[in-house]
This record gives sequence, C-alpha cells and structure tokens, in this order.
Amino acid sequence: MNFDPINIALSSVLILLGTALIAPLFRKNQKFMITFSFILAAIASLLAVAAGVVTVEGALVEKMVLPIGLPDLPFHLRLDALAGFFLTVVGLLSLFVSIFSIGYVKGFLGHRSVTSLVIFYCLFIAGMLSVVLADDALCFLVSWEIMAGASYFLVIFENEKADNRKAALLYLVVAHIGAIAILLAFGILAGIASGGSFSGYTFDAMRQANIPPHWATAAFALSFFGFSAKAGVIPLHAWLPEAHPAAPSNVSALMSGVMLKTAIYGIVRITFDIIHVFPWWWGAIVLTLGLISTVMGVLYALMQHDLKRLLAYHSVENIGIILIGIGLSMIFISFKLPLLAALGLLAGLYHTMNHAIFKGLLFMGAGAVLHATGERNMEEMGGLIHKMPWTAAMFLVGCLSISALPPFNGFVSEWLTFQAFLLSPSLPNNLMKLLIPLGAAILALSGALAAACFVKAFGVTFLGHWRGHHKPHHLHEVDWTMRSGMLLAGLTCLGLGVLPTMFINWIDNIAQQLVGSTLSLSATQYGWMWLTPISYERASYSGFIVFIGILVVVAATYLLLHVKPGAIRRSAIWDCGFEKLTNRMQYNATSFAQPIRRIFGFLFSIRERVEQVPHAGHKAFPKKLHYYLSVRDRIWKWLYKPVIEASFWISRQAGRLQQGHIQTYLIYSFITILVLLLFLR
Amino acid sequence: MDISLETAARITSFIAALVLITSFAMLAQKRIYGLIHLFAWQGLFLALNTAVVGYIADKHHLFISSLLTLGLKVFLLPYILYVLIKRLNIRKDVETIVNMPTTMLIGIGLVIFSYHLTAPVRELSTLMTRSTLTIALATVMIGLLMMITRRNAVTQIIGFLAMENGLFFTATSATYGMPLVVELGVALDVLIAAFIFGIFFFHISTTFDSLDVGQMARLKEDEMNE
Repeated sequence: MNFDPINIALSSVLILLGTALIAPLFRKNQKFMITFSFILAAIASLLAVAAGVVTVEGALVEKMVLPIGLPDLPFHLRLDALAGFFLTVVGLLSLFVSIFSIGYVKGFLGHRSVTSLVIFYCLFIAGMLSVVLADDALCFLVSWEIMAGASYFLVIFENEKADNRKAALLYLVVAHIGAIAILLAFGILAGIASGGSFSGYTFDAMRQANIPPHWATAAFALSFFGFSAKAGVIPLHAWLPEAHPAAPSNVSALMSGVMLKTAIYGIVRITFDIIHVFPWWWGAIVLTLGLISTVMGVLYALMQHDLKRLLAYHSVENIGIILIGIGLSMIFISFKLPLLAALGLLAGLYHTMNHAIFKGLLFMGAGAVLHATGERNMEEMGGLIHKMPWTAAMFLVGCLSISALPPFNGFVSEWLTFQAFLLSPSLPNNLMKLLIPLGAAILALSGALAAACFVKAFGVTFLGHWRGHHKPHHLHEVDWTMRSGMLLAGLTCLGLGVLPTMFINWIDNIAQQLVGSTLSLSATQYGWMWLTPISYERASYSGFIVFIGILVVVAATYLLLHVKPGAIRRSAIWDCGFEKLTNRMQYNATSFAQPIRRIFGFLFSIRERVEQVPHAGHKAFPKKLHYYLSVRDRIWKWLYKPVIEASFWISRQAGRLQQGHIQTYLIYSFITILVLLLFLR
Repeated sequence: MDISLETAARITSFIAALVLITSFAMLAQKRIYGLIHLFAWQGLFLALNTAVVGYIADKHHLFISSLLTLGLKVFLLPYILYVLIKRLNIRKDVETIVNMPTTMLIGIGLVIFSYHLTAPVRELSTLMTRSTLTIALATVMIGLLMMITRRNAVTQIIGFLAMENGLFFTATSATYGMPLVVELGVALDVLIAAFIFGIFFFHISTTFDSLDVGQMARLKEDEMNE
C-alpha cells in the first residue's frame, strides 16, 4: 500500500461506498447509524481533501486503470491539478456538511426512518468524487448517473408532500436530458478518437485525436448544454429552485455547493483539456450565458420569500459568475493571451471554491433555522438572532461572503473577475474591446442586487421581532455538531478572503497545466500580503490589511458603545402615537423587495391583488386588508410550457395509432412487410 | 422409378396450384367447418409436395417433415379446432370485416405482387421448385390477409396456421426445406401455439361472451370513456 494521492482518493470513494453498504445493518438503531455513517463520511471527505491538496500542490498527474467496467473497456482514473482542485472542493464542503449532518439528521428521528437518507448521502458524495476522478467517458457517465440518481432519492426523501415529488421528477427529467446530451458529446469525441475500434473512449485518446472543427463545435454545444442543465444556467435553471428547497438542508448544501460544480468541472475538462483548441465565439457564448444567469438569478432571488428558494436562485447567479470567469478565459486563450486566460480561469475556479463554501454555509444556516423553527418562509420568522446567536453570526458571515464584501472570500474572486473584465481592451478585436467591459457593469449591478437580497434575507430572518402568526414555544440554538459544521465553513470563508495570495499560489498549477501560464509570479510579487493580479500599478488588494482595518473599526465601535454605561438604552419602539403597533407591522421580505420589483417588473409575470374587508359596511374604515402577490418566472411560460405541451401533443398523436383492434395492428405489420419487400426487392 | 426434373417441376407446380386454390377457397369460405376442412386439405397438399420434393431431390429428412405435416396439420390441428368449436358453442358462420369479393380481389393483387417480388429469384435459382416460390409467398400473404379481415378469433387462428403453412412451403421451395431440427422445432411450436390458443379462446369467450376480437378493444384504456 503506497500513499499516492490517487490511492487515497480511491480509498475515500471506497469508504463512502462501504458506508452506504454497511449503514442499513444498523437501521434498528438509527441514532448510532447517523453518528457512525456521518463520521465515516467526514473521514472519507478529509482523505479526499488531503489527496486533492497534495495533487494540486505538487502539480502531479497520476493515472490508474481499474479492473472493473465492461469487458475490454476498464475504468480509467486520473488525478491532475484540475481534478485535485475539484476533489478538494467536494471534499472540503462534504467534510463540513457531514459534521453538520450528525446533528441535523437527528431532527428527523421520530418522524421517519433516515436509512435511505444516509445511504444515498454517501453514494451521492462517492458519485461526485468519482466524476472528478474519471478519465474515460464510461466511468465519467456511470459516476455522473450515480450522482444524479442518488440526489434524486435525496430530493424525494420527504416524499409525503406532492410538491417534493413533483420537484424531484422535474429534476430527474432535466438531469437526464442533460446526461443524454453529454453522452452524445462523448460519442462524437470517442467516435473520432477511436476510428473504428472502441479505444477512443478514454479521455487520453480524445486529447490526442485530431478533431475537425465542426465536430468539435457539435461536441462542445452538446456538452455545454448538458452541463448547463446540471449547473442551472438560465434558461435551464427551472429545476433548481424546486429541487433545492425540497431536499433536506444538508443535501441542499451539497447539491448547491458542490454538485453544480461538477458541471463546471465538466465544462472546463472538455473545453480546456480535451478539445483545447477552439474559436473565440465559444467563450463569448459562455460569457453571455454567464452574464444572463448572473443578473436574472439575483433578480429572481430578490422576489423569493422562501429562504431556501432564495438561496437556490443565488446558486444560479453564482454559477453565472463562475462562467463569466471561464468564458473570459476562453476568449483570452483563443486570442493567445495566456496570462489573461490564467487570470480568468483562476478567478472562475476561485469563485467555484468560494461559492461551494459560503453557499454550503448559508444552506446549513437555513437548515439550522428550519431545524429550530420548522419554517422556510421568511415572512413567518424574525428576531432569531436573540435565540440563535451562533447561527445568526455564521449566516451573517455567509451573507457578507456571497455579497462580495471584504474581508471575506466572495470579494476576492469577484474582484479578480472584474480585473479580467477590465483587461479585455488588450484583445485584438475592436467590437469585443467595447462590448466586454459592459459585462463588468452587469456584474457590478448583480453584485449590488445580491447585497440587497442578503440584507433582506438576514434582516427579515434574524432581526426585528417575530413576524409570524404562531411563535414556536421552544426556539433554541442548534447543537454543537451543527454549530461546528457552520463554524468551520465560516472560518474557511474568512481564511480564503484574508489570504488570497496563498490560495492563488496553490491553484496556479491548474493554470499551468491547462492554459500554459501562471499567475503567481505577478500576483504575489509583493509578498503574501498583497494580491497584484497583473502588476502593482494596475490593481492591488490586501485582504489581511482590510481585515485588520475592519477589526479595528468594529472593536473601537464596540468599546465606545460599551465602555460608557447608559450609551445603549433598551425601550419600546416609538409608534408615532398609533398605540396599536403589532409585530406584523414590520418591514417584511415582500415590502423590502417592492422597489426592485417595480423597476424590474417587466422581467417577471407579476399578479398583485388587494382585497378589503369593510368595517360596519363602510368603505372608508376597512377592517382588514388582504394582499395577494404571485411572482412567476417568465421563462417557464415561454420555454418550458411549449415544450411540455408539444410533447403531450406528440404523445396523443402517437396514441391514435393504438386503436385497440387486433386487425389494425395486423394491418400495420402487413403493410410494413409489403413496403419492405417492395423496397428491398 | 426415375422421373426427369422437367416432370418433377410440373408435378410440384401442379401441387402448388392446388395449395393456392385452397388458400383462395379459404378466403371465400363462409362456414367455419368448411374452413377447417379446407385447412386440412391444404395440409395434405403440402405434405404431398414435401414428399415429392424429398424423393426427387433425394433429401430423406423431408419425408419425416412430410409425415409430421400430415399428422399435425391434416389430422391433429383440425381435430383440436373442431373440438374447440363444439365445446365453446361458437357461431358456425364466418364473420368478415371486408366483404368476400373485395377480399378475393386483394388476394389476387397479392399473388401478382408476389410474382413481381420473386421474379429476380426465379431467374437466378436453379432449383426445380423455383416456380412454386411465388405461390408459397402468396400463401403467406393470403394467410395474413385472412387474419386481418376476419372477426372471429377461431378464423384468425386458422389464418395464422395457413400463414405458417405458407412459410413451410416457402422453405421447401426455396431451399429444399430447412434442417430437420428446425422443422421439428417449428412443428412443436405450432402444436403448442394451438394449445395456448385453446386456452385463450376459453378465457376470451368466458370474459366477453363471444370470440369477436373487436370486443377486446374494450381492454384499451381510453380517456374518452373515463
């Protein structure tokens, strides 16, 4: 037994598979099963992280052939810097979420058996890890399907609700349409690579194959479509806001945090690594879709009042940001600007890591809130910061990170993306010189909207007073396992924000392997404290100094307020002499988003209705006001509904062939035979 | 006794003509017992043809299949069908979907079509039975036509069996018969099919009170009826 990273990664997958097999044996003792399985899952995740970190650090490329698979078509595994990076991303969040899950899943005890949750949780992580490790189309697709299938069963875990079943079905359909597209893309590549035999199914053969440009374009289009369906790129995002709220929160954290990233991995693997020579407009497509997803995702998110749905729409936004980085990198690489390509790629990958951690943290926070209140609707919450200080603090860290505020990690990656944008004038194409910087404006807009959205999410959930109709009696802070899961994720957010140069140094090997240039020479030339992507004169950022500055300001404010007694006074809220102030009269999620709903209303189909219940028969003194609001995605009506209706129409037409008369069926076969005889005579 | 290939070809053509005539007679027959009799006659001609081909081509295994055909298709299957009709008390006349003259015209069209189809084979083949291939193919198609145009399940089965006769005939005339093992297997299949049909008939007639396959359309799920 040697301790190569690939062996460690493989053992991590095997531990997870083994746990999935062993867990049902303990189904009689559910509590023990939960602790046991999630601790093993955490250990496996830690191994994956270790393997990934070492691989990226050393820029290793390791290969392995497993003696399983179809006859003569064994599974190939390969661990290079890119795979190592995604292995780290998946492993790191799985580690945090597994620790969190020990406490969270115990919340289901007494209501239902959690055996299936435990089994599919382990299979799900194992699937994601092996997707990253796969080095042939067969192994990749098998792992991809394990991941999709396991996550389907996780989404449908609380299957007594019709909404959950519907969401899971939608997820399954979209996932499989995507999988078919990916399969076809691999089919094209493998067909060209093998030339008559089956040997072309390995990625190695595909890399060496000389792919004609039009076939390459077809393969890229298919694979990008398939991976976009998984990643939730607009307009293929419809499943995402349905499936994420339906799944248990620890699963949502994994799905949103890392499952979507496997699609990013697929896009990078196929374009940068396997096809590796492509025209600039591929990058333009990725960039455009990224921009649309970014701005639309955040606008949809603003309209939500279900906490988990809101977070799900933010995943659409963040996937958009990652695609912006990757798209820019693709444009730069096709114009032979490797340094800028490295900047774009690393910005995208940095954001991949960041989004995994802070979105995982936010979903864990939402899970903790759900665990304590049994409520997902923000309008029914409020003032939770008093009862759940830990959760509130960690959720705040997540909010600051996702809103791209320093000193947290979201800022660094979005800042790097901006740098990539602002360097696009060095492109040789005049049109793009003008148009691409406009994308930076869109990114800035969505950054601001995201901040507004998280002011709303945090403010409505944790601040103010309880707004709901029925206040639960035993609001409580969650247990230490859940708290430590969130705390670890929060600290990682801070670490990635304060020490970006170390992280850039680490992931630089990916750029070295994929685009043939490194960023670390210029990015870290002023020491570990200053991040200078291209040159010091252009732009620089020191997370550490900003962190110290913010720390000083916060400490000074705290001291000023608390040193002098009486500086803080608690009293009743001033009610303008109205006297009958109730908790329902606070700012809520709907009212907070109202201005933005007015401005961007044309993007949604909004139905608003106000009903009055008159008092003693006179209109001037309404007793009650009812306000109804429904905001719907227009894309659903424009894109999905026609497709659904068309497929039903085709099925009905095909159904007409089935009359139920034996004679009719016989005539079909008779005519078929006659026609075939006539043509093949 | 030694007969020339010329004579042999004439004999087989003559028998083939008889098979075709029985096929058309079956299309025109209105009585169910008459249909069974005609089926038995067709089987007899088939057995005769097989025996003649076997003798002239010196393929002795064809005698065995000839005997099998004789036993199975001339005696056993007609007997089973006869008993079935009597037990289940089925109406004795044949109900059709398309009327008889039209069916006959379609049948003639099919014979012409199969002449057209087999023309290239007849030019290339050197077997003495090559001219009967056309009729064999026509018999298959007429059997299928009978299945389509008949309403009663028993007559459909007879159509199916006639089709099987045609296939057997085709095999004999195209290649001097299939290997013995295959023919034994086919014979067994037909026998078992007959038993299965018997069981089906019984269930259909108890479920629907008739053997009209049109009734089975009721089994189909239909949103109109819901």
